[in-house]
Formats: sequence, C-alpha cells, structure tokens
Amino acid sequence: MGGTEVLESVVFWVLAVVAVASGVVVFRVDSMARATYALAVSFVAVGLALLLVDLHYIGIITVLMMMMEMAVMAVYMVMFMGMNPALMPMSMVHDNRAAIAAAVATFVVLAGGALLVPWPSRREPEPGAVLGSAAELGEAIMGSHMLVMLTVSPAMLATIVAGVVLAQARGRYDRLGDDLDRRPADDPQPGGVGR
Amino acid sequence: MPPTPHDWSPRGWRVVEPVVGALVVAVLLGGLALAAASLDGVLAARGRSSGMAAGWSAPLAEAARLMRQRRRTIVAADVLLWRVGGAALLVLALLKAVVVPVGGRSVADLAVGVVWFNAMDVTVWAAVWLLGWGANSAHALVGGYRFLAQGLAYELPLMFALTAPAVAAGSLRLAEVEAAQQGGAWFVLWMPVAFAVFCLGVVAFSVWGPLSVPAGVDVAGGVLAELSGVDRLLVLAGRYALLAAGAAFAVPMFLGGADGPVLPGWAWFGLKVVLLLALLVALRRHLPVLRPDRFVEVGWLVLLPAVLLQVLVVSVVAVWRY
Amino acid sequence: MTLEAVLVVAAALFSVGLYGAISQQVVVMVMMGLELMLNGVILAAAGFWWFLSPDPTGQVLLLVVIAAMTLEMAMGFAVATLLHRSRNSDMTDMATDLSR
Repeated sequence: MGGTEVLESVVFWVLAVVAVASGVVVFRVDSMARATYALAVSFVAVGLALLLVDLHYIGIITVLMMMMEMAVMAVYMVMFMGMNPALMPMSMVHDNRAAIAAAVATFVVLAGGALLVPWPSRREPEPGAVLGSAAELGEAIMGSHMLVMLTVSPAMLATIVAGVVLAQARGRYDRLGDDLDRRPADDPQPGGVGR
Repeated sequence: MPPTPHDWSPRGWRVVEPVVGALVVAVLLGGLALAAASLDGVLAARGRSSGMAAGWSAPLAEAARLMRQRRRTIVAADVLLWRVGGAALLVLALLKAVVVPVGGRSVADLAVGVVWFNAMDVTVWAAVWLLGWGANSAHALVGGYRFLAQGLAYELPLMFALTAPAVAAGSLRLAEVEAAQQGGAWFVLWMPVAFAVFCLGVVAFSVWGPLSVPAGVDVAGGVLAELSGVDRLLVLAGRYALLAAGAAFAVPMFLGGADGPVLPGWAWFGLKVVLLLALLVALRRHLPVLRPDRFVEVGWLVLLPAVLLQVLVVSVVAVWRY
Repeated sequence: MTLEAVLVVAAALFSVGLYGAISQQVVVMVMMGLELMLNGVILAAAGFWWFLSPDPTGQVLLLVVIAAMTLEMAMGFAVATLLHRSRNSDMTDMATDLSR
C-alpha cells in the first residue's frame, strides 16, 4: 500500500501547487480572459484533489459548477471592464500594501494554527460505509440534515428572484404597456415562443 | 521474480489496463468521428448531386489539405488560450467517452459517471468561448458569445434530461443505468422527452446542425472564422468526436446499452451508436439553423418545463416501484 | 498527504483570495477574490472530512459552501449589472457612497 500513498501524495502536491499558483496568476495577469480561466484552473485542481479523499460527487460537482461559473464570469468581465486589456495593460488595485500585509498575516495565522493545533485522531467510519457517495449525501440532506435543505432552498429561490429584480432593465410594464394589454409585447428581441 | 515492465501478471496489468483501454476508446472514437465526417461528406455530395466517392473521401482530403496549410498569424491574438480552446474539444470528447461501458466494460467506471459527463459538457463552454476570444476577431467573438447564450438555454434542460435515467436506475454509475434496462423497457420508451432533449444537447455542444450558429455563415464562420491549418483540423475533428461521444453516451443511458436479442452485447452497442450518430449527422441536412435569440426563449420556456415534467413522471414511477 | 498539508494549502488559497478581495477595484475581480477564499474553505472542509470524521455531515457542509458560492456569484452579478447600468462604472471606489 506504500506505493499508492506515495502516488497520492505526489498527485496532491502537484494539484496543490497548480491551485495556489493559478490563484496567484488571477491577480497578476493583465488579461480578463486569462484571469478568469486561471481561477477556473484553480477550482479544477481543488475539485480533482477532492477525488483523492473519495469525495467523488462533491469533487466533480465543484468542477462542473466552477467551469460554468467562470465561463459566465469571463463574459461579465469583458462586458463591464469597458476596455480591452490586450491593448491597455490594467493595474486596478488600491491599498496594495495593506492587502498584501493582511493576506500574509492571515496565512501565517491559519497555517500556524493548522500546524500547531493538536488535531484529534480520525474517527473511523462504520465498516461497509461507502464514503463520499452521492447516496450518502442525498440521504443526509433529505433525512438527518433536512434543516440545511430547508434553509438553502428558499435562499436559492430568493436569490433567483432578487437577482432578476435587481438586474432586469425592462419590467413587464415596459413590455406590455401601462395596462399590461399590449400584444404582441414590445421587445427589442422577439423570442421564439411569441409570448 | 521481481516484476518487469513486460510482466503481464494481474498486478502489472492493473497499471497498464486503463492506458490500453483509453487508447482503444480513443481509436474507436476517432473511427466514429471519421465515419460521421464521411457520412456528412456523402450527404453533402448527394445534395450537390456530385460523385459519392468524392463524398466519402472528402474528410480525408480536407484533413490532408489542412495539415499542409500554413497557420494564419493574427495581430494580438491570445495564442495560448486559443490553442487551449481548440485542442480541448477532442480531449473533452475522449474524457466523455471513457466512462461509457462498451460491451459491459468501461475504462473509468466512475460512481458518478453521469455527473462526470455533465462536467465535461460544461467545460465545452469554456473551450468554445476561448476559441472565439483567442482569435482577437470580432466574428469569432460573436460566435463565442452565441455559444454561451445557447449554452445557458440548453444546459439546464440537458442536466434534467440526464437526471431522469439516473433516478429511474437509482444510480449515477453508467453501468448500473445500463443494467437497469436489461431485458426490460429501454428508458427511451418511457422518457422520450428526456431523450429528445439529450439529443438536442448533444447537437448543441457539438456546435452542429440546427444549433450551429456559433459557427454560422452569417458571422463568417464564427468561432471557426480565423482558424487555419492544424488548429482548424483539431476543431473540426473535435466537433465530430463530441457528436460521437454524445451518441455513445446516449446508448447506455436511454437505448438499453448492450441489451438486445441474438447478437452479442458489443455488437448491439456498436449498432446503436452508429445508427444514432448517423441520425444526428443527418439532422444537419434536414433541419434549419435555429436563431439564437429565438432558441434561448424556447429553451427556458418550453424545454425546461417539459423535461421537468418528465423527471416528475420518472420520479413518481421510481417511488411507486420501490 | 496529511491534514496539516491540506490545511496549509487551503490557507494559502484563502490568503491569496483575501489579497484579491481587498486590493482589487473592479467588482468582478473582487468576486474572484471571494471565490478563491471559498475555494480554500472547500479544500479545508474536505481535509477535515477525510482526516477527522468521514461521515455525511462533512459532505453536507461542503454542499453548503458550494451553494453559498453560487448565491454570492448570482447576487454579485446582479448588483454589478445594476451598478453598471445606473453609474456606468464597475469600480468599487465609485460606489463608496452606498456605505453612508
């Protein structure tokens, strides 16, 4: 079994270096696309590292979510920056020194804590339990940890509604007129459903 | 006796097996992609009523031409991201294909194979957008944005379409989804909506046929506009490979996998993949290209509710069964 | 690969993210910093899960962190869109009056 553990360590450290290095790259490059996709690489590295500790479902979900999120984020970056960093190198930072100091201090405290705290020994799982399976997670959030589900779901719904309310440029009165009776609706882009 | 590199004992084989398996899958996928390209060439030749022989060999001739073509250089192109996006399509197609059980065996029998497929599918978004972005060309970038807009509209329906067989089989492992259909009703029979939406998703992430506007002629080829030489070859091959990987994935998910009478399992599997792939290739000549502004609303307001209803039906049946 | 190693890497990710969240002026870049911090949290939670107590509770915690990331992103983009629409800017320095 020694060989497998060495291999796992090597894979972990490679993924760790990739994750942290691409995390640093995010704030070093002067291209919006490169910054966004460097962050995506960082997330993929962490997602793959989760596979090492048998978190198959969560690990792959992390990759899935973050690739999707970064693809969208790149669009927002380009949309809002209002300039082309390929033509105009960007350095858009404030309080750089204070930020570096805060980051270093945080790292020292957290890493020191990680190394100095006497962590308890592992509580071994029941024999026969399939660690990190989607079924285990599903039974937990639908059973013993139902409260989490009951909290997260309304929060998500509220976010969807609030996000749309904040971001929309044209409400239904713009589309359908003051009495909501204009048909067809006044849309800059008529969709395929014809509502 | 110490194990040598050529030791074919079970221990040595355990290390070599995934590599050999991945190579076999790569060759099969490449063959399917080439067959798909040839079929498209034949269909195109028939449309022009020119010689069939020229149609069959069209992809090989095009590949030879592109391999000899010099790469076009573009001012201020983001070459790194552009190349990554171009090469990623083939890699992602292979990564999708390795979880598919071929004749009862798969290279990577992941416990969450269905989610894996979905994650790779989302990574296609990144690849196509980077193709558009990297070229530093307005037409290419428009193509990239079109793909993302379409992606937002097809991805959620596709996710729920993948959910339906998983719920019915009670597992995210592809081999178990396949096993749940052995000798019984194939999932396509009682999940037709999910199957249709899945096929639409395959067509969409392959930038193919009705959903090929990201590479549309109205934007001078969109994400393909500035590609030349080997880069173009990789992307064109990647599209066919994605189409083939999608067809191969649909077989264990919806079409019973290796299930079928008389013939051995691998033959049934191969037959179903080839037929579905041929159908998807032929779609290009039979359906008009959908405008993205129209399709997006259809995706959110028609496909998503329809596939949600499908999942509801499947869930009720699953609960009633157990 | 030990718990300490995982936590140190997680701390590094968190700190880099914190640097970004404090120093960046553009709203979307600030969000990237926050995401990187949560990335560290995910890794740390996975480490705790595996090395201390591999039971479903840890997985639920990870799911909550991932959900928090999606909510953060959705609200961040909504606010950034609103800010951009009303002020034609996406710099945090031009929105400081919101804190008054």
